[in-house]
This record gives sequence, structure tokens and C-alpha cells, in this order.
Amino acid sequence: MTVQMSEVARETAHRERSDARFWVALGIIGGLYVLLVVAMVVADVAYTTPAAMLKVLRDPAIRYSIKLSLVSCSITTILALWVAVPLGYIMSRWQAPRRKPGEPRRVFWNWLAKGLVDATLDIPIVLPPLVIGLCLLILFQTPLGRVFQRGDISIFGWRLPPIPITYAVPSVIIAQFAVACAFAVRTMKVTFDQISPRGEQVALTLGCTRGQAFWLVVLPEAKRGMLAAGTLAWARALGEFGPILVFSGATRMRTEVLPTSVFLELSLGRLPAALAVSLLMIAAAVIVLIIVRLAGSETTMMRGAT
Amino acid sequence: MISIEGLSVAAGDFALRNVSFDVARGQYAVLMGRTGTGKTTLLEAICGLKPAAAGRIRLMGIDATDLKPAQRGVAYVPQDRALFSTMTVAENLGFALIVRKRRLDEIEQRVRELAQLLGITHLLMRKAMGLSGGEAQRVALGRALAARPDVLLLDEPMSALDDRTREEMHELLISVRRHTPVTTLHVTHNVSDAQRLADRVLLLENGSVREVQLCQRGAGVAEQA
Repeated sequence: MTVQMSEVARETAHRERSDARFWVALGIIGGLYVLLVVAMVVADVAYTTPAAMLKVLRDPAIRYSIKLSLVSCSITTILALWVAVPLGYIMSRWQAPRRKPGEPRRVFWNWLAKGLVDATLDIPIVLPPLVIGLCLLILFQTPLGRVFQRGDISIFGWRLPPIPITYAVPSVIIAQFAVACAFAVRTMKVTFDQISPRGEQVALTLGCTRGQAFWLVVLPEAKRGMLAAGTLAWARALGEFGPILVFSGATRMRTEVLPTSVFLELSLGRLPAALAVSLLMIAAAVIVLIIVRLAGSETTMMRGAT
Repeated sequence: MISIEGLSVAAGDFALRNVSFDVARGQYAVLMGRTGTGKTTLLEAICGLKPAAAGRIRLMGIDATDLKPAQRGVAYVPQDRALFSTMTVAENLGFALIVRKRRLDEIEQRVRELAQLLGITHLLMRKAMGLSGGEAQRVALGRALAARPDVLLLDEPMSALDDRTREEMHELLISVRRHTPVTTLHVTHNVSDAQRLADRVLLLENGSVREVQLCQRGAGVAEQA
């Protein structure tokens, strides 16, 4: 009898165990990080005075850097989307042709398409930013790159004007594009992966060519993903610093973007100005994040960013 | 008319080998078979989404084996319907005609006609997203029929529908049949679909198709060589 009782009691205890400890443990581990991020922003805000903000906003050099940042990031975003949509679509849908119908696909070409291109896209994401800048610098010192910059290209007798790239504004855009585009392509690939190919297939049976199916059916459904890819590219471009420092230099009123401003102000020992510019960038980042969240494709973002 | 001769299709791990059958012009054939026997693959091969490794596919007397999907005059309603979610119901219904660059008034008239036939006039301005299963199935059916195809392929059109909606869809398909002379191949594993709709019942098993007779009262398929 007592044996039975204790069994009942044990069973009751077993059923009443609480999950609270589990959640508290997870909460503490995760919460610490969230706290760190919030504390960072709060400290920045607390340290800055409205007077310092105003002073920074009146500085012509900073105004130039704000303008250059906004313009270059927007151009980079457009270029990145221009590349990311077709490349993302190819990576999501393309399959190596078969030698004959029904035969297995050519393994090598499939591997080349899926694996090699995919791995190549990881290069700008995993390379140290300074190294990317150095690579770009070297690229435009090669004979081919020099031809561009010297203006030695002529098309039907019409000479292209020399396009100064290194240490000029175009280098800023190229440096931003080199990194931001990889993120945009990742996001677009995930976007197209999530769109079932069934819709396109039905469109094909309804009389569409591949191109029509893409324009009429796939692209409208990818709108959210494009917005996410665009904002992600914009945000990456805004924060780009290492490659720009090496490839474009840090010349006031020339190649100075917001991260460069923070760097220059810091190196001049003007902490309040550096903080004020940082706050501007935090504000821009928050706005971008809100846009992305409103676009609603959280999973796309998360997977696209890795 | 659909005429399949010695068709082989490779698809992932399994394959259809040497499948042959005919469906005469205007006939309503129900193709049955267990899950994973390649019913969907067979439909995809007929509408040109999967290449045939061997054999011929003839549609309305024309060898369509190497034609592109757009050239075959085959309408396909996939199991998940795959409605164009960014478009309205009306745009979905008119899609095949828009692609064919028909005149606007002609498109509007056809869309109204289809909506009436399918009982979805009140949905025309709605977005295709968020329709109920039965509604979505009607839209998908209308979209497929818009350009008056010769052949209609239905992949499990009744799956995921409750009993009452299923009964409505039966009525609807019967009335659609009366209005549009289209050769239909309807894939299902539900016996009641076959009992209500089929002129002929085909069974896909171990990669080959054969004709079977249904016993009217039983729930099973009586097999007859």
C-alpha cells in the first residue's frame, strides 16, 4: 500500500514539474546579449549632447560625407539588385542540361554552377574588409584597370574620357558594391528558393515563354525579397569602411563617407563629433531595420545574412 | 485525345518505364494509383515540364514529345493549385488570354463567362491569396480553361477539400464537362472521384498503366486485366 502511495506521489510530482527553470536559463543567456546591444546604443546617446549633434550637422565636411554616403549607398543598392535578381534566380533554378533527355545531368557542370559560384560569393562575405580593399586597389593597377582610368578605350573612334577610380568617388561605390552585392545575391537566392517553381510551370503551360513567366509571375512574387535584399545591401554599403579606406583613401570633401568621418574625427581626438556621426548611422540603421521588418520576410533576412 | 506510347520518364529516385495508354477525344479518364507511383510525373511529362527519356506523347493527333509546354495546348492544374498570388482572381482567370495578347473586351467577356460557370463572380476582384480550398480550386480550374485547351490535366483536384466541398466540385466538374469539350485526365487516389466522374478508370501500378472496372457499391477497385 505504501509502495503504491509513494508511486502516486512520485507520479504527481513528475507531472507537476515546472518549465520555469528552463525558460529562465535561456532568458539569462540570451538576455545578456540583448542587454549589451541596448547598453551600447544608450551609452552613445547619453554621451552625446544636442549641441554636439548640431555642430556636426553644420560642419561642411560632415555634410559632404552624409551626402556622399546617401548617394553612393543608393547607387550601390541599385547596382546590387540589378545583379542579384538574375544571379539569385539562376542559382535557385538553374540545372545543368542533360546530354539526352532522361539521362542524368552532367555532374561536373552542376557542381560548377551550384558549388563554385556559391563558394565564390562567400569570398566577399568572409574576406577581411581590408583585404578586399587591397584586392580592388591591385585590380585597378593591373594593365586592364589602368586602361580604364587613363581613358585609353576607344569605341568606333570615340575615345572614352578617363575615369578616375582609385581615390575617387567611383572607388567608393565599387568598394561598397563588391561586398553588398554578395549579400543581396544570397537574399535573392533564398527568396527565389522560397517561391515554388509550380507557379512558373503553370505559366509555361498557359502559353508563357520563360521570360514572360519570370516577369509576370516570379518577379511580382519576389517583391518583398527584393526590398529585403535592397535594404540589406544599402545597410552593408553604409557601414562599409575597410575597403573604402584602402581603395578610396580618407580625403575630406572627396572620398569621405560616414564611417570615414567617424574614423577621422576619432583620430583627431574629437570624440563628441565621432559619437554624433555614429548616432546618425545608428538612426539610419534603425530605419532600415524597420523597413525590412515591415517587409516581413524575416526568414529571408536571417538566412540571407549568413 | 491523349496517346502515350512507351513513355519513360526519369524523376529523382524512381522512373516511369514504358507507359502506354490512350484517352479518346472528349473522354474523362481518371488515373488512379497509390502515392509515389509517379502520377504527377506522368502529368508533368504530358504537359512538357519533364522531358521524356523514351517513347512518344501524341496530343490531338500531333506528336508533342519535343514541343514546349506553351505549344501543347495542355492545361495543367497542379495539386497545390499554384495560383498567382500577387494577382486578382480576374487576372488569374484571364492570364492565358493576356499572354496571348487578346483584345481587352474579349478577355473580360471570357473571364465573366468562366466566373459564372464556376460560381466565383463575387470573388473576381479579390486577391488570389487567402481563398478557401474550394474557391482556389475553382480559380485554378478557370485559369486552366480560359484559352480553351484541348487537354486538361487535373492533379488531385479534390485533395484537402472537405466532403461537402468535394461534392460541390464533383457537380462543378460534371457541369464544366457539359459546357467544354475537353479531353481530361484526372489523377486521384479517391475512388468516389472515379465513380462520379470517370468515363474510364486507369490504374498506374509498378510503372505501367492498365484499365480497371470499378465495382459500383464497393469502396475498392476491382481489378480486371
